[in-house]
Amino acid sequence: MSMLKASSPHIHGPAAVNAVMLEVSLALLPALAAYTWLFGWGVIFNVLLAIATALLSEAAVLRMRGREVAATLGDGSALLTALLLAIALPPLAPWWLIVVGTAFAIIFAKQLYGGLGFNPFNPAMVGYVVLLISFPLEMTSWLAPLDVREHTLDLSATAAYVFGGQLPLQGGIDSLTMATPLDTVKTRLGLEHTMGEILRDPVLGILGGRGWEIVNAMVLLGGLWMLFRRLITWHVPVAMLGTLFVTSGLFHLIDPEHYSGPLFHIASGGALLGAFFIATDPVSGATSTRGRIIFGIGVGLFTFIIRAWGGYPDGVAFSILLMNMAAPTIDYYTRPRVFGHTGGH
Amino acid sequence: MAEASYGKIAKDGFWNNNVALVQILGLCPLLAVTSTAVNGLGLGLATTLVLICSNVTVSLIRHLVRPEVRIPVFVLVIASFVTAVELAMNAFFHDLYKVLGIFIPLIVTNCSILGRAEAFASKNSVSKSFLDGLTMGLGFLIILVLLGAMREIIGFGTLFAQAHMMFGEVARGLTTTVFENYKGFLLAVLPPGAFIGLGLLIAVKNLIDQRATRRARQPAPAAGPAKAEA
Repeated sequence: MSMLKASSPHIHGPAAVNAVMLEVSLALLPALAAYTWLFGWGVIFNVLLAIATALLSEAAVLRMRGREVAATLGDGSALLTALLLAIALPPLAPWWLIVVGTAFAIIFAKQLYGGLGFNPFNPAMVGYVVLLISFPLEMTSWLAPLDVREHTLDLSATAAYVFGGQLPLQGGIDSLTMATPLDTVKTRLGLEHTMGEILRDPVLGILGGRGWEIVNAMVLLGGLWMLFRRLITWHVPVAMLGTLFVTSGLFHLIDPEHYSGPLFHIASGGALLGAFFIATDPVSGATSTRGRIIFGIGVGLFTFIIRAWGGYPDGVAFSILLMNMAAPTIDYYTRPRVFGHTGGH
Repeated sequence: MAEASYGKIAKDGFWNNNVALVQILGLCPLLAVTSTAVNGLGLGLATTLVLICSNVTVSLIRHLVRPEVRIPVFVLVIASFVTAVELAMNAFFHDLYKVLGIFIPLIVTNCSILGRAEAFASKNSVSKSFLDGLTMGLGFLIILVLLGAMREIIGFGTLFAQAHMMFGEVARGLTTTVFENYKGFLLAVLPPGAFIGLGLLIAVKNLIDQRATRRARQPAPAAGPAKAEA
């Protein structure tokens, strides 16, 4: 994207779309690396399949729409959607799950609305939610971290499962998977266990889930780097995580036996990923400064409500989509005051 | 529109003025019951029957009803036919009746039926109103079945499942499994699938129309480049 060259003052931001997309993708790499290191080869397959599907479906739709294919693919937005979806999906998943989710995200959530800049919803989250409500079994088969489970899967065994659905193990996929930390807490609270008992569960680590907390620490690292590079502003992450912290902390203070602590809420599930990488999406989120704060508060509040009383263990994706829907209204009511005009004109 | 020819009436009903694709009427039953092809067919037949009967009746009484009270009269006519169809379905297709549930009585509120009574039958002869009801109803039915089939294939991997509810035990063989060991793409059966499916069908119709106009305009060299926005 080239800007018109004009005389001074030369104020310019990090203008090129593809540079921003590439940097955000780079910021995701530590988390992806940790995810792969802790959960095995399946993550790599997810990433590669998602990228291939995203680029192919984007190219196909662009061709059908008679748009320039190479230039749009080069903006890196499809790549970023693919990476965000891949890191949100279970680390060992059949190939068609990734392909369906990514193709839906790119074709329906992004291109049918007009492509980058016109999509009202975050494509990666649409893809994730479509998969979550369509394939509940596959979407809840989460691998246990490598240091907790008994078997490890080498590259060829992982490939055999991803593409053929066959596992060379007795007991099939169930011998590898376990409930995620948020799921464990939700299920056991439903069984009338107290938080004190639940916290001794082997799936839970220091702050969040064992293994999961390392992935989330890497997400936080990437997020802080994006803040430092000024790719995102602090408003959405701070508002979202702050709201999640305060509301969950409040309920934890009132009834510590039935509500997990605020740090657990932030360190598990998709809270950090959502706060730094997805709710900050400039296209589907609110754009004014006050609007971003309201947007973040809404996401944090809905996340806590869904986690505490909803049907799903995690609610970040649903909350972001709900607030995406509200973003135009938020922007309408938080338009910055325009100075330099006499009242009413 | 004073004197529409029979050919034009049929073409309007099936294509140019299709209830589901162009008028976008009757969305509530259209979106709600088309989770399978058989459901769509059942509701489509019931709607077509009501539409024909109400069109003919409204056309018969068109000179007797004063314009001030025409709408309540039309609604009464439609409601009596819907009740008759509902009772008949309850008697002869009880299983299907249970599946379609509230959407059979709700045919009364299907805007397309009142719309045809007001816009067509109250101004045209009985035979034309009959043809209008038939083609409008069949046009709606085709879309119901198409949408139902799409959602059923994608959502469950089958086609014409539970066909015996409509055609009796003989029709069990009609059920085809399109994909073996299919996991089922639940979204297609859920409400979003209906909206997306209808959107795609409308897009296909517009695409065909666009192609047709372009071909008709072909001889003129100054047709201009393809439009940027589809």
